[in-house]
Amino acid sequence: MAPAAETRSAAAWTRKDLLGIAELSADEIRTILDTAESFREVAERPIKKVPTLRGKTVVNLFFESSTRTRSSFEIAEKRLSADGLNFSASTSALTKGESLVDTALNLQAMAPDLIVIRHAYPGAPHMLARRLKAGVINAGDGAHEHPTQALLDAFTIRQRKGKIEGLEVSIVGDIEHSRVVRSNIHLLRKLGARVTVAAPRTLMPVDVESMGVRAVHSIDEAIDGADVVMMLRIQLERQGRMAFPSTREYFNLFGLTSERMARAKEGVIVMHPGPMNRGVEIASDVADGPFSVILEQVANGVAVRMAVLYLLSGVRSEDGGEG
Amino acid sequence: MPPTLEPKKTLLDSKQIRRLVRRIAGEIVEQAGGTSDLMLVGIRSRGVPFAERLAVEIEAMEGAAVPVGTLDITLYRDDLSTIAPQPVVRETKLGQPIDDRVIVLCDDVLFSGRTIRAALDALIDYGRPRAVRLAVVVDRGHRELPIQADYVGKVVPTASDEHVEVRFDEVDGATDVRLFTREEEA
Amino acid sequence: MSDTKKSVDFPVGGRPVVVRGGRVVDPSQDLDARVDLLLAGGVVAGLGESIDAPDGAQEVDASGLVVCPGLIDPHVHLREPGQEHKETIRTGTMAAAAGGFTAVACMANTSPVNDDAAVTELILTQARRAGFARVYPVGTVSKGMAGEELAEMGEMFAAGAVAFSDDGVVVAHPELMRRALLYAQHYDVPIMQHAEDLRLTGDGVMHEGEHSTKLGLQGIPRSAEDVIVARDLILLEETGGRYHVQHLSTVREVELLRDAKVRGLEGATCEVSPHHLFLTDKAVADSGFSTDCKMKPPLRAESDRQALLAGLVEGTIDCIASDHAPHHPDEKDVEFSVAPYGILGLETTVSLCLDRLVHAGVLPLARVIHLLSTAPAKILGVPGGTLAEGSPADVTFLDLETEVTIDKNAFRSKSRNTPFDGWKLKGRAAGTIVGGRLVDLP
Repeated sequence: MAPAAETRSAAAWTRKDLLGIAELSADEIRTILDTAESFREVAERPIKKVPTLRGKTVVNLFFESSTRTRSSFEIAEKRLSADGLNFSASTSALTKGESLVDTALNLQAMAPDLIVIRHAYPGAPHMLARRLKAGVINAGDGAHEHPTQALLDAFTIRQRKGKIEGLEVSIVGDIEHSRVVRSNIHLLRKLGARVTVAAPRTLMPVDVESMGVRAVHSIDEAIDGADVVMMLRIQLERQGRMAFPSTREYFNLFGLTSERMARAKEGVIVMHPGPMNRGVEIASDVADGPFSVILEQVANGVAVRMAVLYLLSGVRSEDGGEG
Repeated sequence: MPPTLEPKKTLLDSKQIRRLVRRIAGEIVEQAGGTSDLMLVGIRSRGVPFAERLAVEIEAMEGAAVPVGTLDITLYRDDLSTIAPQPVVRETKLGQPIDDRVIVLCDDVLFSGRTIRAALDALIDYGRPRAVRLAVVVDRGHRELPIQADYVGKVVPTASDEHVEVRFDEVDGATDVRLFTREEEA
Repeated sequence: MSDTKKSVDFPVGGRPVVVRGGRVVDPSQDLDARVDLLLAGGVVAGLGESIDAPDGAQEVDASGLVVCPGLIDPHVHLREPGQEHKETIRTGTMAAAAGGFTAVACMANTSPVNDDAAVTELILTQARRAGFARVYPVGTVSKGMAGEELAEMGEMFAAGAVAFSDDGVVVAHPELMRRALLYAQHYDVPIMQHAEDLRLTGDGVMHEGEHSTKLGLQGIPRSAEDVIVARDLILLEETGGRYHVQHLSTVREVELLRDAKVRGLEGATCEVSPHHLFLTDKAVADSGFSTDCKMKPPLRAESDRQALLAGLVEGTIDCIASDHAPHHPDEKDVEFSVAPYGILGLETTVSLCLDRLVHAGVLPLARVIHLLSTAPAKILGVPGGTLAEGSPADVTFLDLETEVTIDKNAFRSKSRNTPFDGWKLKGRAAGTIVGGRLVDLP
């Protein structure tokens, strides 16, 4: 057996839940990313499975539909030999009209080990985490946070650029309604990158500079000198109101095209959390082009989620507690 | 394992370790009848320098390089439900397919046998070796599973609350095997 | 011009009461002295050093306490009729008494709403039956609170309503507000406005600022309140009459009220709630999306909070009101975005004001009593807020020294929605007398 010193990293993971990036330390973030490195290798084996979470029950509670994130978690759970249970808004498994608290208490009765929740309202994962013994993983709560997305984005950046510190990262799109951007801002800043957000005035939230970012209203300004360009999906229609007159105008003003890419730094990478609106926020030739790491993000998503499931499954708590 | 242990004595010094590595290398090659299908797999972490030293000796003897892989068995441990927080996982890198090969697992200390059990489970997820053998620097007894080593540096009877530590100067700055005992409470 | 204001019929205590040894602070008479107080026949019968107790008088020992005119809360929600799962008039007035209040004015957004004499009388009957505090009903401005036609103010006034408000919602139509301001002058009562342009509020659930941005929650801009107050003050200038802005929360509202008073608009008054004085939008983040930090208007930024305190100190803000808004725990135990707005206030207001205003040196005790008693009485046009001879025998005892830890599970209110649970505060209400009778809380 290896001596004790080897089995503990600088920041051993002790939180019951992963609710957001805002409360994590840089060391905790690095622990997740380093652990994810080891899990990447599992995808390259003939038998893509390890017995690590054998006999553990993971509940996927998706109040908002999502193919991408949910299947990524499902694959991660299967590769860890965990038993995954899926509850989604579209199936009758989630009773209409049942309060979140009641759903949580019913789940508790089934004694899951971990719960992955995606919900339309900020704070919903926090409500569950307070009440349940199980560890809660936030897979997206309204416009608040999407921690595993930011983690896989950081993993991808680190893989391609070797580091995050000192990089110029620009995030472009509907900043106001994006949980991906909030989690990314927290994470990138904690690891020492400089972040610029770009959006039309109607899609930029109030006081966003208070999060420690530069805010601009022009995509050209944002791309200028960027090491990483992250495009967000644009949803023009929100609650029956148009934030922008048309997709064509949006693309002309804010779309990522190869001409615009010329302003970026050499070695720039283009990212997108998906799903993409080709021809709206990003031109096809950029999405499929040499700078794009979009498909790597997806692959890395499984490894990062395996790391998160692995780390959280090692935390025991006597009662529900703040992670 | 707790850090308050005091080293009671040195069981093997660096010269003795060099000699047993040479001996074991010879035994491995003798039993395999050559190096053609051989592969050494060091179990993280101190099994790795052990495997590398064996590979150097085998190459010197036979003039042929033997591939060395590293195996992290953390994900296959049987005690993950009882320890907290999760131990750090390091990379496993075998480097080549293991089907039909003669794998020699290399570890520093053979104790309960559970590490080797986990290593066997891990190997099976990578393929189907022709044979798996085990080389250890020290066998300290107290087996909890029916596991035995094929090649042993030294058999050392120990008390179960004692601790045996193997060091290699490639990673630890010194090469020796030391026995630790629990400090007497005053 | 106005009919005689019907004073609230309330059970009057039998025996005379002599309150001895307390420090009597009555801002209406500029009084702050160690004197005795005699209450008889339901009114204040005398103040002086060593009063002779009449035969059969009850002696009340107030040593160590402050004795002041009964506190009046001009903005509470008692939820009866129709929402008794949140609160009843009985539990709400018990909470008022526990919190040191001898009278409250209750809002009309019940089920059915209070837009006629029947509901007004029901409220008064229930209050009388409970006997813990006076209740002054506030009727709706519009029929059914639908915001279209004027409600029958005269009928409600005759039944005992003291003011009119659609609180819970805004009187949005400017023409309706104009007519209400004019019509209410027949009864010399104030129109109270919950100022909020719902189209600017949109889907907002908290103050629009750095915290709503960080939390990903939709924000309510300050302009949602400011534009209504600005509009209404312009209307008030045209119509005359009395207009009272409820629960102030923005810098601009304070400025608008200050400006109105400077320009001589005497009919304009306003109130502020303790939570806006002592909390900011940061509380939503710090509490992890606690719905006990969700109310309308929302907790705003530090700059707003400071402006409200300054407005209170300089006299622009006329009184303090709790906006006591009980909600059943099940209703609040939901996601922040969908939780109902409102928090309790009756059982936290006095301790908060004594600790954070008096002990903190922001305002002297007499001024705080004025804001909680004399001023609300004047705005509502009801007797009280004074211990002058002949005024109602409504008295509040205050203990300035005892340290309390707010314990929501010990509240008399039926509900538990407060962000102040666990707060350690110095000062508390120590009992009340209503109509010459010591209020006994079960």
